[in-house]
Amino acid sequence: MATMSYIQAITDALRTQLKNDDKTLVFGEDVGKNGGVFRATDGLQAEFGEDRVFDTPLAESGIIGLSTGLAVQGFRPVPEIQFFGFVFEAMDQIAGQLSRTRYRTNGTVNVPVTIRSPFGGGTHTPEMHADSLEAMVASVPGLRVVTPSNPYDAKGLLISAIKNNDPVVFLENLKLYRSMKADVPEGEYEVPLDKANVVREGTDLTIIAYSAEVNESLKVADKLAKEGKSIEVVDLRSLSPIDFETLVKSAEKTHRVLVVQEAQHLAGVAAKVVSEISERAILSLDAPIGRVSAPDTIYPFGLAEDDWLPNADDIEAKAREILEFN
Amino acid sequence: MSEVKFVDFVAKKNDLQEQTEPLQVVNGKGEIVNQEVFDKYSDEDLVKFMKLMVWERTLHQRSNALTRQGRLGFYAPTEGQEASEMGSELAFKASDFMLPAYRDIPQLIQHGLPIWKAFLWSRGHVLGNDYTDENVQALSPQIIIGAQYIETAGVALGLKKNKTEDTVAYTYTGDGGTSQGDFYEGINFAGAFQVPAVFFVQNNGYAISVPRHVQTAAVTLAQKGMAAGIPYVQVDGMDFLAVYEAAKAAREYAAAGNGPVLIEILTFRFGPHTNAGDDPKRYRTPEEEKPWFDNDPLIRYRKILTDKGLWSEDIESAYVDEVKEDIKDAVKKADEAPKQKISEFLENVFEVPTPEIAEQIKAFKAKEAK
Repeated sequence: MATMSYIQAITDALRTQLKNDDKTLVFGEDVGKNGGVFRATDGLQAEFGEDRVFDTPLAESGIIGLSTGLAVQGFRPVPEIQFFGFVFEAMDQIAGQLSRTRYRTNGTVNVPVTIRSPFGGGTHTPEMHADSLEAMVASVPGLRVVTPSNPYDAKGLLISAIKNNDPVVFLENLKLYRSMKADVPEGEYEVPLDKANVVREGTDLTIIAYSAEVNESLKVADKLAKEGKSIEVVDLRSLSPIDFETLVKSAEKTHRVLVVQEAQHLAGVAAKVVSEISERAILSLDAPIGRVSAPDTIYPFGLAEDDWLPNADDIEAKAREILEFN
Repeated sequence: MSEVKFVDFVAKKNDLQEQTEPLQVVNGKGEIVNQEVFDKYSDEDLVKFMKLMVWERTLHQRSNALTRQGRLGFYAPTEGQEASEMGSELAFKASDFMLPAYRDIPQLIQHGLPIWKAFLWSRGHVLGNDYTDENVQALSPQIIIGAQYIETAGVALGLKKNKTEDTVAYTYTGDGGTSQGDFYEGINFAGAFQVPAVFFVQNNGYAISVPRHVQTAAVTLAQKGMAAGIPYVQVDGMDFLAVYEAAKAAREYAAAGNGPVLIEILTFRFGPHTNAGDDPKRYRTPEEEKPWFDNDPLIRYRKILTDKGLWSEDIESAYVDEVKEDIKDAVKKADEAPKQKISEFLENVFEVPTPEIAEQIKAFKAKEAK
C-alpha cells in the first residue's frame, strides 16, 4: 500500500501495464518527455523508452486513427486526448472507426485501445477543457466508458481497461487529479469495468453519481446523517455499460432515488439511469426520481463556473425534496 | 523612392504553378516512351498485366449488370481505373497490409479476398468483412473519405515496432479525399514516424460531381506530400507500367525503412460515382470525357500487345469468358451465405456481451428460432 493522489494512481497503472505487457504503448500530445501536461505520464518515457512511450504530432483524429492501426497490429495502445473537449476532433475515428472495427469484421479483429482523457469542471480552464461530454461517447455502441471517483478505482479501472479487448474511454476528473489522496495497492489489481460501487450504504435514499459528483454526494450523505437520514451513495464507475442491477437493488432497498451528474441536464447519462430505474423498479419507489445536473448552456465562462456546476448544496436541496415527498 | 520588395508573393505563386509531366512508359497512342523500363518486362509479364486489366474491366461490367438486376447492392464503378488499380496492387505482396476505400474492391480481391465475399460486402453481409479464413491482410473497405489514411499510419507504425521484415501498409483515397483532415494527418503522422507506408491518390477527376480544381489550388495532389516531408510523384494512371513501376519503387523504398511515399495517379472514372443514381451528365461534358475514353488503359496495351503478337480479340474474349465463369460461381456462392442474425451482430459488439446486450441476444435468439 502507498498513499497516492488520483493522478499518481493513474501513472502507477500505466507503469504497471507497461511493465506487465510489452505490447502496451502510451502516447499522445506531450506525454513523452514532458510526462503529460498534468504529469500523468511522468517518468514513463525515461523508464520504458521512446518506443513504448512517445509524443505524437498534434492532431486528435490522427492519434486515435493511429491507435486503431496499432491495435490491428497486435498492440494495446493507450492514447491520451489532452482534454476531453478536444474529442470532437477525433469523433469519426472514435465513433466511426475504432468502436466499429470488431463489429465490422464479424468479431474477428479486436481493437484494445484505451483512450485516456481528463474532463470535468472547477479548475477555471479555458473553453473546451472542462466539458462533460461523456454522454456523447457513452451512447456509442461498441465503446466502453468508465470514470473513477477515487485513486483506488483510478488505478484498478485503468488496468482493467488496458487489459480488456474492447475499446475503452477512460475519463479522468481534472479536479480530483491532485485534490484527492488514498491508499492504493502496489502492483497489478483490477476493478471490474462494468460494476457500480456502493460507496456508502444507507436505507432512506439512494444517490447515484459518478466522478467528482460522488464526493459531493458523500458530503451530503455525511451532513444528512447528522439529522438521522441514512443515505446510500452509488458510484456508477462505468457509464457504458451501466450496472443497472446494482442500481435497481439499491432503489428497491431505499425506495427513493436521486441521480447526479455534472453534465448539462439535456446530456443524458442521468436521463438513461432514470429511465431504466423507472422501467425496472418504479413500483418500488415512494417518490419521483430526482435529478441534479447543470443548466443547459454551453459550458460556462471560467469566472461563472462555480455558479454553474452542480455542488453539494444543490444535491442536498434535491435530496431533502425527495426525502420529504409523501 | 523605389518600392522595396521584402517578399514577392506574385513570383512565389507563379513558382507554384510549375507542372511536371506525370511518369509514363506507354503513352495514350500506345507508343513506348520509356524503352528502358518497357524492356524490363517479358512477353509473359505483359500478358499478365493485360489480363489483370481485362479481369477488372470484366468484373466491372458484370458488377454493373448484377447491380441492375438487384443481385448486388452498393457498387462504385471502376471502369477507366484498371491500370491505376491493378498496376498499384500488383506491386504488393500478400503479406502487405491494405486499407482500401469503397472503389478499391478489385485490389482487395487481388489481395486475397474471394469475389463472393466482395459481393457479400456489396450486398450488406457481414461475412464480406470476415477475412480470417483467407487471412487477407486488410481492413474492410472504408466509407468515410480519408479515415483509412490515418489507420494506415498506425498499421505501418505497428509493422515498424514489431520489426516485421519486408512488409508495408498501403492505402487508397481519391482526389476529394486529399481535402480531408485525415488525409493530412495520415501522411503527416506517417512522415513524422517514418513508417513503411505507401499512400495512393487515385485522382479520377471528380469527387462525385465536384471537379478536381474545386478541391484545391495546389497544382498537383502529389505535391501535398512535400508539406509532410515525404517523397511524392505523379503518374499517368492510364498507363499500367507507369503505375506499376512507381508503386514497386515506392514499396521497395518504404520496405527498406526509408519512410512513406505518396503517389498521385491521374486517372478517370468512365462511369458514375456509384450505381445509386449518379448521372455524370449533370457535371461532365462529352467533350471533356472523350479524350479520357480515348485514353482507355486497355486500348493502349491492347495495341502494344497485339503489335507484338501477344494478344487478339479471340484471346481476350476467351479470357473474358473465363472471368465471367468465376464471377458466376462467386454469385452462386454469395447466394448460399447464411441469413444474418441480429443475435450474432449483438455478439460482435463487445468481446463479452454486456448484461443489456445479453438480454437482447436472448430476445433475438427466441425470435430467430421461430
